Amino acid sequence: MGKQHYQITVNGEPQDVLAEPRELLIHTLREQLRITGPHIGCETSHCGACTVDIDGRSVKSCTVFTAQVAGKEITTVEGLGSPDAMHPLQEAFREHHGLQCGYCTPGMITRAYRLLQENPSPTEEEVRFGMAGNLCRCTGYQNIVKAILAAAAEMNASKEAAE
Amino acid sequence: MNTPNTYIGGHVERVEDARFLRGAGRYIDDVTREGMLHACVVRSAVAHGRLVSIDAEEALAMPGVHAVLTAADVTGEIPTIPFRRPNPKIGPYAQPVIARERVRYFGEPVALVLADSPELAEDAAELVLPEIEPLPAVVTRDAALAAEPLLFPGTTEDNLAAVFTAGKGDAEAAFAGAALVVGDSFSTQRQTALPLETRGLLAEWDADAQHLTVHGAAKLPFFNRRAMAKMMDLPETSVDYVEHDVGGGFGARGEFYPEDFLVALAARITGRPVKWVEDRREHFAAIAHSREAEAQVELALDASGRILGLRGEMFMNVGAYVRPNGMTPVRNCAQFMSGPYRVPNIALQATAYVANKTPAGTFRGPGRYEGSFFIERLLDMAAARLGLDRRTIRQVNLLTNAEMPYPLAQIRPSDGSRAETSCDSGEYSEAFHRCLQAFDWEEKEKLDGRLIDGRYHGIAVSCFIEGGASGPAETARIQVAGDGGVEVYVGSSAIGQGLETVMAQIAADTLGLPMECIRIYHGSTTYLAEGWGSYGSRATVMGGNAVREAALALLARFRALAARRLGVGEAEVSVVGGQAVGPDGAVLDLADLAAEGLAGEAKFLNSDATYTNGTAAVHVAVDPETGRVEVLDYVVCDEVGRIVNALTLHGQVTGAAVQGFGSVFGEELPYDDDGALLVGTLADYLVPLATDYPRVRCLSLESYPSPTNPLGAKGAGEGGIIPVGGAVANAVASALRAFGVAPNHLPLSPARVWALLNPPD
Repeated sequence: MGKQHYQITVNGEPQDVLAEPRELLIHTLREQLRITGPHIGCETSHCGACTVDIDGRSVKSCTVFTAQVAGKEITTVEGLGSPDAMHPLQEAFREHHGLQCGYCTPGMITRAYRLLQENPSPTEEEVRFGMAGNLCRCTGYQNIVKAILAAAAEMNASKEAAE
Repeated sequence: MNTPNTYIGGHVERVEDARFLRGAGRYIDDVTREGMLHACVVRSAVAHGRLVSIDAEEALAMPGVHAVLTAADVTGEIPTIPFRRPNPKIGPYAQPVIARERVRYFGEPVALVLADSPELAEDAAELVLPEIEPLPAVVTRDAALAAEPLLFPGTTEDNLAAVFTAGKGDAEAAFAGAALVVGDSFSTQRQTALPLETRGLLAEWDADAQHLTVHGAAKLPFFNRRAMAKMMDLPETSVDYVEHDVGGGFGARGEFYPEDFLVALAARITGRPVKWVEDRREHFAAIAHSREAEAQVELALDASGRILGLRGEMFMNVGAYVRPNGMTPVRNCAQFMSGPYRVPNIALQATAYVANKTPAGTFRGPGRYEGSFFIERLLDMAAARLGLDRRTIRQVNLLTNAEMPYPLAQIRPSDGSRAETSCDSGEYSEAFHRCLQAFDWEEKEKLDGRLIDGRYHGIAVSCFIEGGASGPAETARIQVAGDGGVEVYVGSSAIGQGLETVMAQIAADTLGLPMECIRIYHGSTTYLAEGWGSYGSRATVMGGNAVREAALALLARFRALAARRLGVGEAEVSVVGGQAVGPDGAVLDLADLAAEGLAGEAKFLNSDATYTNGTAAVHVAVDPETGRVEVLDYVVCDEVGRIVNALTLHGQVTGAAVQGFGSVFGEELPYDDDGALLVGTLADYLVPLATDYPRVRCLSLESYPSPTNPLGAKGAGEGGIIPVGGAVANAVASALRAFGVAPNHLPLSPARVWALLNPPD
């Protein structure tokens, strides 16, 4: 299986990666680019620990080949917030204790980030439905849902203030 | 500024979150080494058979494949994995680290492939061909008890790994004089803890120094180091277990598994770092299972509902071998079935039998979840027979603080310090009342048993105790660094529970310093000469008190050094807020004396368990058409002695409760008649999703500190899972009372609930 070059953009930075056709995006991110925020929890797209954002959609990066994302823009949890300040979602997860072991957290936050782009003012039920593809084994989800609702309120308030 | 700190009990957000939230956590798969090889385990696809040969020729011929290790690569006897709770009978059932002549479960390691990448290793593993002559598989209890066939012929005479009794008083007399005896058969299904991060290890062998380092430690690194050193024939000091961030434990992760030895052996043989990361499919067959229990138990009561006695027998399928803590759920189920209730006479027998399935270990609330389900069902059945309110029958039997310490049943054969144990403190009816008040029992009771919009509503209440503070000791060392920062080393390990935060709170309060000064180091054998770890709800009590004592020792040393520096008597120096003040007002900071070896050490010894007690209440709706049960509300209240961090406590209790719902409704590890595991992915094993259980509320009390430790804390968090089976099953029974169903067998999957309503003719 010959390797091929692919150009992708990860967290705003263009990257040239050399991958076998069968290489999964999660492996390219973690092993070649050392972006280890996205985690592997199942490799069957059930757990969501590997969730990233590709061209404005949430994607489980364990079930997409690197070859399929050539030319696309990828955002991982490392691309959210700034070096000085965390994203409101990250702040809210801390404040509402929306994480314990932290393993699902990067996928949760990346998915929640897209969810709030799709629906900036979700109901609790919409948050639960929108997050149902991401498993958490520690929290029972209560505080994750609280954190996402709080972050939505916070983001909407700062948007209003800016307008 | 010299006001006392109140981090303990205050609203303190977690210090470990900053790295997790940015994706900067460092889990075992994030750890790499130059030139490392990747391992893939070849596992038996046959549940029981004779291992005739292993053909690795084709695999070895693949470019990038370096070695295929089998039992032939182990010099001498194949080492077996040691027990955490040894007892005379279980010796022959220990698990060899690799199969040599016989395989005994689907998934048992038979070879290890080493290659340049994980993908290559996996490709090569598919080409390794073990020849196995199948033997009849022992899957059921009947086959195991009939010894058809024996799993260990020539070494044992039956398939019974152990028989424990839990005894107290005179059960026979109690039953003879009872106004009512209720009894039935119950069962809980085989499942597993399922941490979201699978296991993983990275081993490094330094041939010059003859030193082995194993990365990927969790739970109990010091025990595992001892086990590894013995197997490798090395002094303990030549082995280190190193902990990185850990993606959940729940009892299963961190025990000594076959892969611990195999990955280390591979590093030693090849001289290169070797990494192995379990994939989810092998996780289901390789990590410890738990909870496969059947019981036939009876309760004797007087006419007012007071419990007179408890007796019966339980059978636990512990899988093919006895793993390090394989006996814990078995003996716990017997010892703790009486729960928070006054049960003066007990005669229970718990039999652990082996079968051709994955070996069992612990899962959160081991044995306690099972036992609680059994007795809570019996209590509701007794209440119905006596015409008593289900609250009353619990109230009259809940322990009072005046009865403390209250002895639980004795376990025989004795398996250590907990063979005899007593509840430590608490007025158990207080959590009971607070729970029911928050739940609004009176209001919800109006719906109990009623059909509303096509669904039957039911409520139930269930009470529990949670043992904590596993002994015998924990260690800590605290030293002041040159920059004035305080380094805390503790033998406890972090498995995602917020250990760094809780230890920093305790250290900061004891030292009178801001938490920001405290740096916590934990979980690796490199930090302390001896230590224990995190299991059995012990870290806050055992590690926390060790940190407290080490901090007090450091303060004493600070005072002594300061007195010497100032040329005054120790009594003349006051120590407040990290500063020593002399009689003339001269002030010394911790940093000023750091160079003089400002440190404190402690070994906190305690073999007395703590017992958190609590009550859970649940409201369900059952759809008779589909058998689906919805949890409409769930409230749990626990009394934990002392709350160190309410945020993490409630987080863990809530998470445990939801894990309990997963246990009750969906998670199951079924096998076919030949002993093949029928679960391979998370599509087969139904853990709770964000949409499943939106209503869980918890509250905590701290009115009865534990007398066992200076902090007064009790192990907590784990308890959230214990009462769930009993509470939910009783609520379903109450909802469906018109049909007289007895939900005595878990899981209460839609199919099973439907079958209760539609029994075969």
